[in-house]
Amino acid sequence: MHILAVLLCLAGAFFFLAGTAGLLRFPDSPSRLHALTKADNLGLGLIVLALVVTSSSLAVALKVILVWLLALAASTSICFLLGQSMLRQDQRQDQ
Amino acid sequence: MQTFYLGVAAFLLLTMVVGLIRIFRGPRQEDRLMAMQLFGTTGVAVLLLLAAAFDASSMRNAALIFAVLAVLAVAAYARGPNRREKEIK
Repeated sequence: MHILAVLLCLAGAFFFLAGTAGLLRFPDSPSRLHALTKADNLGLGLIVLALVVTSSSLAVALKVILVWLLALAASTSICFLLGQSMLRQDQRQDQ
Repeated sequence: MQTFYLGVAAFLLLTMVVGLIRIFRGPRQEDRLMAMQLFGTTGVAVLLLLAAAFDASSMRNAALIFAVLAVLAVAAYARGPNRREKEIK
């Protein structure tokens, strides 16, 4: 059981690294935004899965999953808001 | 198991430090907000790992609240000054 948790945690940490690398290396803002919101949610999801697998009680597992769902909702709304404000600024510069 | 969780948490903190470069260099405000949102999510992951390592349920509540804070900052930015400019025109 612990082996599974260790592997999941490593995969989650890898996706976090990928998200950060994407944030640094991608050329323009929208692609950075795309890479960022996808990668860190997947990383968080894998880490949450690892915690659920090794969690002692059911309540702990449910709470961790709740945190993950909230983080999902948070990052999608952020992605939308940032994309919208970027688009609006670009349109204003084109006028 | 506990030391492993702490190791992964330390690694995530390293990715946060690397993310600081984007905040420093980010040409546009949105890039800085993106990096801040990455810190939010990484912070949630670190808090959850520490909560699992030390069996501190209060830290899980902190992670829950932390996940919401990043949204508030970005919403304030998106709904803030540049929105009002549009209505003034």
